Amino acid sequence: MSKLFLGNEAVARGLYEAGCRVVSSYPGTPSTEITEFAAKYDEIYAEWAPNEKVALEVALGAGIKGARSFSAMKHVGLNVAADPLFTASYTGVNGGVVIAVADDPGMHSSQNEQDSRHYAIAAKLPMLEPADSQECKDYIKEAFELSEEFDTPVLIRLSTRVSHSQSKVEICDRQQIELKEYVKNPQKYVMVPANARNRHVVVEERQSRLAELAETSPLNKVEIGGDSIGIITSGISYQYAKEVFGDKASYLKLGMVNPLPTKLIEDFAKKVDKLYVVEELDDIIETHCKKNGINVLGKEIFSLIGEFSQATIAEKILGDKRENVALDVNIPVRPPVMCAGCPHRGLFYILAKHKAYVSGDIGCYTLGAAPPLSAMDTTICMGASISAQHGYNVAGGEDTEKKSVAVIGDSTFMHSGVTGLINTVYNGSNSTIIILDNSITGMTGHQHNPTTGYNLKGDIAQTISIEAVCKAVGVRRVRIVDPYDLKATEEAVVEEMAAEEPSVIITRRPCALLKYVEYNPPLTVDRDKCITCRACFRIGCPSISMKDGKASIDATSCTGCGVCSQLCRFDAIVGGKENV
Amino acid sequence: MSNVFSIMLVGVGGQGTLLASRILGDVLLSQGYDVKVSEVHGMSQRGGSVVTYVKYSNGEVYSPVVTEGEADIIIAFEQLEAARSLPMLKKGGKLITNTQKISPMPVITGAMNYPDDIINQIKELDVDIIAVDALKLAIEAGSSKAVNVVLMGILSKIMPFEEKIWQDALLDNVPKKAISINEKAFILGREQYK
Ligand SMILES: Cc1ncc(C[n+]2csc(CCOP(=O)(O)OP(=O)(O)O)c2C)c(N)n1
Repeated sequence: MSKLFLGNEAVARGLYEAGCRVVSSYPGTPSTEITEFAAKYDEIYAEWAPNEKVALEVALGAGIKGARSFSAMKHVGLNVAADPLFTASYTGVNGGVVIAVADDPGMHSSQNEQDSRHYAIAAKLPMLEPADSQECKDYIKEAFELSEEFDTPVLIRLSTRVSHSQSKVEICDRQQIELKEYVKNPQKYVMVPANARNRHVVVEERQSRLAELAETSPLNKVEIGGDSIGIITSGISYQYAKEVFGDKASYLKLGMVNPLPTKLIEDFAKKVDKLYVVEELDDIIETHCKKNGINVLGKEIFSLIGEFSQATIAEKILGDKRENVALDVNIPVRPPVMCAGCPHRGLFYILAKHKAYVSGDIGCYTLGAAPPLSAMDTTICMGASISAQHGYNVAGGEDTEKKSVAVIGDSTFMHSGVTGLINTVYNGSNSTIIILDNSITGMTGHQHNPTTGYNLKGDIAQTISIEAVCKAVGVRRVRIVDPYDLKATEEAVVEEMAAEEPSVIITRRPCALLKYVEYNPPLTVDRDKCITCRACFRIGCPSISMKDGKASIDATSCTGCGVCSQLCRFDAIVGGKENV
Repeated sequence: MSNVFSIMLVGVGGQGTLLASRILGDVLLSQGYDVKVSEVHGMSQRGGSVVTYVKYSNGEVYSPVVTEGEADIIIAFEQLEAARSLPMLKKGGKLITNTQKISPMPVITGAMNYPDDIINQIKELDVDIIAVDALKLAIEAGSSKAVNVVLMGILSKIMPFEEKIWQDALLDNVPKKAISINEKAFILGREQYK
């Protein structure tokens, strides 16, 4: 039977069929759905970990116990998990361990465009790269086989277009794989220098054997279609090239992108007149070819930046461009915005009003950086808000301490904010940290986290109290406000920025998109009272627009949160809560 | 390859383009085509522009994405998104658009204007366009959320598959409690195209 599967769903199906028992991940677009789909199989223990390092370590531990185990993350998540990754290459595995890492060329939903293949090279690990959903499933199964045969974690590289496209998949039954026996073996698992020195030798020897395998593995496929154009490629780029050239070119499709074959490429090169390497992001295959004296055309014509498409290839290789039409008007962009009723909105309005320096972080609240709120100064990586604010304040002294805040979401605080907070308290800057607790991991589409009271499978779990954590690490001033209440929020921000010690404000209000959240009746504008002062436009609410010269509120999207009515000095915004 | 047929669905986050693309994908799969559906996740719930691609073929579909000048059909859930997606339409392709207008943030803040008369301007470019107030029809069917299914109803008249096949795909994809609203929305959509 064949069905349409999202690439990520097919990865999860592969886990099920391969007999995988343990999955631990942290969400991140475009990898998130893998773990959500895996959680639907009763045979798989699946969990959200607080961050990617923890997730990978859980998978490694389960592998040591003898279970086939897995962890998924987005490309930047592998930075967080890099520490265990590099040493797991030395320890190897017992039950197979597979790690999926999803790159995001074009940065549809990411803060940078790094190429994860560098990690496979640096950590000396095999990496497979599927090109469609069927391959997502098949390669997962192959990866577990390789992991156990070569005693190594195996990386699977995905990309947005593979993860988030649906294509046909043939499904099979689950393999019955027993737990392997754990045998104590400190020389292999205790990485002190004396043992690690020996293991490094094993790693290099394993890489040579894997490189030999790459020459003959069916994962690397040659498709002959004439001798004029040859294309070496992998993953989604293969699909783009195939769409342009069909069977009028020859392809070397690399399913294994680390280690790369040499002789296979040399032989392929001899069969064609002109040889191209088509790879998104960095020039990894190309560099390998050139290092081995194989003449290819790659980044001379293709960009290191952004994602490709069939149009990129047609244009760069053939000089072809399709005809099209366009309107001769200036089309306003439509950037994502905080939703109507978003609990983050009120806080950013107050921060903008007080012209605070805002050390930002990653989550829905990063939208506070966009106009009209424009209330964010920096966004680096998850957790950086608190630590970078401490640095900013240490360098700037009292002047900056009294005018700066850090903003961080509940999930991000659990991910890597706690350590920054400990640093602030321990080293004593008078920083003000605002934790935006909307009771969910919003940005990636509503995943539970340690503060929400539920686990990935939807069962009740221990709730980690943010206020108790802050107090436990030594913050004495911890206060909680409702961000719909602008007055209380403003008071808290003003007082805590002035405080002579580290302080935390928790703005607490569940995400308006959560199913259990009940809305107030929508607000309306009394057109006789509205003087078009535009004060209500300053919060950037998508429900408010201008109609016939006056403010107007869209009744279908308004949640009645009442933030706008608190800004109206003419009482022109009416209804909502009072009517309930 | 020339035998690949490309459809684009464009709209605003929250309008239900994903569900529509899944209904369409199921219809095509049931007819034995090779199919690829490409979705964009992540920011899609946050009111930004969203684009999904549906491609199918008697042979094989390779790339899941649609690029400039390639779309045989574009289904726009909102006027501005119709205008934005126009360069993707193939010469001789068809544009189905909802006449609903949703102001993006630069228009709300007053930084830019919502362009006037988009539909007539597109017509002047000799584009085959069908413009329908799908929001009105969806509300008539019982829910403003059924805009996506109204548009699928129109599409079903243009594509060469029997009504029953669409109905089945609809049943498989919409929540049980919303079936009767969606069936109504689908029929209202079909009646728009003569
Ligand atoms: C290392 C890393 N892992 C994952 C992500 C993806 N990601 C971006 S923001 C975010 C969590 C946001 O949740 P929260 O902090 O609760 O804020 P909210 O979106 O709910 O406002 C995640 C998982 C990332 N950018 N970097």
